[in-house]
Amino acid sequence: MVKKIFAKSYVALILCLMYAPIFVLIAFSFTTSTLIGDWSGFSLELYTSLFKNKEIMEALKNTVLIALSSAVVSTILGTLGAIGIFYCKKKVRRTFEFIGQIPILNPEIVTALSLTILFVFLGIKFNFITLMIGHIILTIPFVVLSITPKLKQMDSNVYEAALDLGAKPSTALRKVVIPEIIPGILSGFILAVTLSLDDYIITAFTRNNSFQTISTYVYGVTAKKGALPPTLRALTTIIFIVTLVLLILLNLKGKKKEVRR
Amino acid sequence: MSKIKFTRKMLSIPYAVFMILFVVIPLLLVVFYAFTDAEGNFSLGNVVTFFSNSTNLNTFVISILIGVATTALCLLIGYPVAMILAKKEYKFGGVFVMLFVMPMWINFVLRTAATRDLLFWLGISGGEQPYSATMIGMVYNYLPFVILPLYTTMLKMDRSLIEASMDLGCNKVQTFVKTIIPMTMPGIVSAASMVFMPTMSSYVISDVMGERQISLIGNTIQTYFDKSLWNMGSFIALVMMIIILITSFMTRNVEKQEDARGSLW
Repeated sequence: MVKKIFAKSYVALILCLMYAPIFVLIAFSFTTSTLIGDWSGFSLELYTSLFKNKEIMEALKNTVLIALSSAVVSTILGTLGAIGIFYCKKKVRRTFEFIGQIPILNPEIVTALSLTILFVFLGIKFNFITLMIGHIILTIPFVVLSITPKLKQMDSNVYEAALDLGAKPSTALRKVVIPEIIPGILSGFILAVTLSLDDYIITAFTRNNSFQTISTYVYGVTAKKGALPPTLRALTTIIFIVTLVLLILLNLKGKKKEVRR
Repeated sequence: MSKIKFTRKMLSIPYAVFMILFVVIPLLLVVFYAFTDAEGNFSLGNVVTFFSNSTNLNTFVISILIGVATTALCLLIGYPVAMILAKKEYKFGGVFVMLFVMPMWINFVLRTAATRDLLFWLGISGGEQPYSATMIGMVYNYLPFVILPLYTTMLKMDRSLIEASMDLGCNKVQTFVKTIIPMTMPGIVSAASMVFMPTMSSYVISDVMGERQISLIGNTIQTYFDKSLWNMGSFIALVMMIIILITSFMTRNVEKQEDARGSLW
């Protein structure tokens, strides 16, 4: 019994420590003082000044834009690639499985540097496309990794059956293969968005310097000047609430599917 | 209909071209740049500069030490958490694991800055204690990466073996060392590799937490990048790749469970 209580309180303690910085930030987002730990009365001023802050709003817009667009391209390329490579000969498949592992195993900074060198070598100026390429390379291996297991689980005879029954290969793919692997595609997409939203190093290397995302903006202000600007506390609160709602929605949806089955 | 018959293999062409262009060729370029000078002639100058520069070597040693310490601390803190959550009588283990992962959805630079502000309030300032502040920031950031793979391997663990070892007369410590640890080895290895490499190479946490007083390998590469010294930067990147190659070769036998890494998400 004592052991159980001890175990539970250990988990609770670590969990509290994990959330402490976030909750403290959220609490102090409702006051205007510049320093954490210094309460100067309840106020929503940080929220109004957050929405008025053009730099942060621009960075937020850019972050979402690059995350969604790179995730869409990454998911399409990765899905087609996963299907195609799955049906290739063993040697080709092994080779591409290995190449797909490289960006996962390599530290981000090596991936970032190697891409930068390619662009410098080719004389390409850093712009939105180079940043897109960086984010696609960051996310595409994970898209492929979340789809391949679904392909393995699939009954390969179904595709052949569709062809025998007169479906064109493209129709068979659309009507038979894609529906089977759609959960993998979706989780790959979500993963791609999360990875892209969180990225700093690849963004810092492959972007045009005038293009700010939340990561580069926050790094810029905190690594030089110190404490987090108060308005960013309000931003953290909003991000926290949005992710909480999204996670609950995703989980509820998953639960419903389970019940139906 | 076109003459070329459509096969499923063809779907992989755009992906294959993309990967070769933006993964394989850049890596070959890194190797090429590492062994050439600024004019593009073959040279071992980067090797000599790297090994004769004591700052670079110091940075390297410090990075490895911080990496090892962070990995060890994360495992020490995370292993019991995963073990408790994976117990059968704990119904909400899955929910708790979700709770541990959730902070990861908040932007990682923001999260790190938040940690620094909290530590500052508690009297630990990165300016005065850069190393402890950096270590706290790193452990805080990478703990979820340890708990998840450990949790998934522990769920799959064959519990009857633990009972068997108890029945055969092992005490709790012996059971832990001789059955539980070997059974969770794949999880330990994948957790360690997920923490070690990023801690060693990422400079964001040390810059934000340690107020730019600690220089890690990542900082060195970034400095060369800022100065457009691609050759030297490439050489250091190559050294890092070799370290990874060695570690992944050493752990290949243990990490047979291919889903250990993928199951993080």
